[in-house]
Amino acid sequence: MSLTAAFFAIIRRDLILALRRRSEIANPLFFFVLVITLFPLGVGAKPHLLQTIAPGIIWVSALLAAMLSLDSLFRSDFDDGSLEQLLLSPHPVSVLILGKVFAHWLVTGLPLLLVAPLLAVFLGMPTGSLGILLLTLLLGTPVLSLIGAIGVALTVGLRRGGMILSLLVLPLYVPVLIFASNAVAMAASGLPVGPQLNILIAILLMALTLAPWPTAAALKMSVS
Amino acid sequence: MSMARPLMLEGHALSCIRDDRVLFSELAFQVRNRQVLLLEGRNGSGKTSLLRILCGFREPDAGEVRWCGELITDVQYRMDMAYIGHLEGIKKELTVLENLKVALALAQAGTCSIQEALARVQLAGFDDVPAQALSAGQKRRLSLARLLMTHNALWILDEPFTALDKQGITLIEQLMMEHCDQGGMIVLTSHHELNLPTVDVQRIRLS
Repeated sequence: MSLTAAFFAIIRRDLILALRRRSEIANPLFFFVLVITLFPLGVGAKPHLLQTIAPGIIWVSALLAAMLSLDSLFRSDFDDGSLEQLLLSPHPVSVLILGKVFAHWLVTGLPLLLVAPLLAVFLGMPTGSLGILLLTLLLGTPVLSLIGAIGVALTVGLRRGGMILSLLVLPLYVPVLIFASNAVAMAASGLPVGPQLNILIAILLMALTLAPWPTAAALKMSVS
Repeated sequence: MSMARPLMLEGHALSCIRDDRVLFSELAFQVRNRQVLLLEGRNGSGKTSLLRILCGFREPDAGEVRWCGELITDVQYRMDMAYIGHLEGIKKELTVLENLKVALALAQAGTCSIQEALARVQLAGFDDVPAQALSAGQKRRLSLARLLMTHNALWILDEPFTALDKQGITLIEQLMMEHCDQGGMIVLTSHHELNLPTVDVQRIRLS
């Protein structure tokens, strides 16, 4: 038994599961695409306005799509007892959880990254800022998954935890939203974005190192 | 295998209160190698709560549980124990083999290979069957295969006989006796009359 083997076994298991229930991947992605395509219809044919608000639209949609996908992170494990077995493993639970969150991000966060450039062009964003948009999504969406995991772990034992989950998690998402959409907007007007990216990297590293512990503790509380 | 080393699970003055109702208090017990502890009692008498305390999922309202002298929060305890509850921890979308491989990655490998374990619970040849296609009794046996192929000395079983036919019950009793003969120990709840002639069975009646 080695920890790395357990870590990759968890990732592999969750990816196979996601592949066998595809709606889990499709739902957040569909939501993301749908919201963004509806905006031009609502705002009307004002290319300049769309161009200005595009970073905000894309980031807010990504954030809501991430929230929509959160519940699936621990729900089925909680319902079928796999979570109990995970907590009884001699391996450090926080590392196993990191594996689960990573698999969840691969399934729900990475697809957003893949369609984002297309949607950005659709909203008329200057092509020069596409790279920065992708970079902020790459740095920001894992943070959404990691912070979201704490919230889900706290609410997975409740019957109707959805509302509480959004109240818990949304305030913590705000810094990511502010710095990420600001970075993209600055890049679109040709300004340097170094500080925003540095802050996003700092937030990501902090979430990576700090989020798994409260998540593990909250899961232990949820199964009791 | 280190199963032969002397092991002991002790409960000291345990109490459990649920919804302002005292389920049990001042409960004490000791289980050693080759022993079985059977918890009996009506529905709602706290059997499952006690098992969950022994697993560390629940804090006892008073008292403590020790494994070989150490508190059960110690990682050694989780290396030595295995638990099967009402929820079996089987992913229904995964095949039998995939389920067992994940379980093996999360625990320490025992002496028995996956194939041997499947053969012993009479599920040989079911490797590639998705778990959702198994019957309730077959799922129970799959979760028992997990006990057999991982290293563990203490089995904690919550109603292991539910959903099993007569053969299944005999099979589990036989596996339990073998486990005890090898120096293991078992704590379980059951409404079924245990038939374990070669094993020292202690009983605790919760009321």
